[in-house]
Amino acid sequence: MQSLLNVTTVLSVLLIVLVLLSVRRAHIRVEYSLSWLFAAGGMLVLSRARPVLDYVTRRFGIPDTPLTLFLIAGSVFLIMFFRFSVIISHLRDDNIALAQRVAILEYHIQSIRAHEE
Amino acid sequence: MIRAIGPDSLLIIVPAWNEEGAIAGVVRAIHRHVPGAPVLVIDDSSKDATLERAREAGAAVLPLPHHLGLGGCVQAGYKLAYELGFQYVIRVDGDGQHDACDIPRVFERLKESGCEMVIGSRFVNGGHPHTDAVRGLGIRFFRWVLRPILGKPVHDPTSGFVGVNRAALDVFSRSFPLEYPEIEALVVLQRRRFRFEEVPCKMLPRTTGHSSITAVKSLYYIAHVLLGVFVNVLKYERRRRKSGLGG
Repeated sequence: MQSLLNVTTVLSVLLIVLVLLSVRRAHIRVEYSLSWLFAAGGMLVLSRARPVLDYVTRRFGIPDTPLTLFLIAGSVFLIMFFRFSVIISHLRDDNIALAQRVAILEYHIQSIRAHEE
Repeated sequence: MIRAIGPDSLLIIVPAWNEEGAIAGVVRAIHRHVPGAPVLVIDDSSKDATLERAREAGAAVLPLPHHLGLGGCVQAGYKLAYELGFQYVIRVDGDGQHDACDIPRVFERLKESGCEMVIGSRFVNGGHPHTDAVRGLGIRFFRWVLRPILGKPVHDPTSGFVGVNRAALDVFSRSFPLEYPEIEALVVLQRRRFRFEEVPCKMLPRTTGHSSITAVKSLYYIAHVLLGVFVNVLKYERRRRKSGLGG
């Protein structure tokens, strides 16, 4: 169990470093990096707070403490994937509407030019 | 450049993506069978010479800045047609499988019936065009699904040969399914109490290129469209109840 918690700690720290580097290089916008930082920070805290994990395990009748960790991590990342799917869907809709508008405006510009000539 | 002239102004739109082999023939056939009607080819960012071939054949072109997929491509045409004031729009696919000689029949039916949409159907009047097994199964499945939703049978729900009047154009220019649009578009119209009719049309074999729909994609298509149909039904039912129209 302890080794699993240590691995989770290392992975959480790596994720935090990766996200911060990506923000610095402008690969991720700050508003989208916050979800990852909160998720990684949460996993880091949980992996270092064994009594909290044990309490949650007993409280919800989960048979195993490692399973609790995986359930919490899985839930957090599923919520994040869902959130990003919503964001991507909005961006895709906006992108299509913009591309259509650009094409139509270009068409109108060409029409005006042709009319002037 | 195209202009809407007269009370029955008709625009024929042709969504095309990598159809350099077929597009010129499609445009010329339309000009032959519907002389005087402007043709707008919406080029969905083709990698080949579709755009040039369409221009050479005498069509107006609307080049999209990047690939949007069929729904986005068709909707761009609807938006432009609506802005230019056209009363009727008929969509013909750019692969040459729709016979342009059927366009006048679809147009006449649109005007006479007052329906918001007229579908050029391969199956009405007992037609049995060749379709592969998975696609044929999909069409039969969607006929069965759509029958209670639309309140009347639709023989060819996946047909891309579709004419719409200005009322439908108004709706579609604001809201149009962006992927695999044909079936969902029917539901969108029906939820607004719009009417549709089918007229028989021929389906020609493909002479160039190849269909982008494979057997695996057909299964994805069925799942995607099924979800879209039910989302549309639920969305409009909710709106209907909110506006107090529900029984």
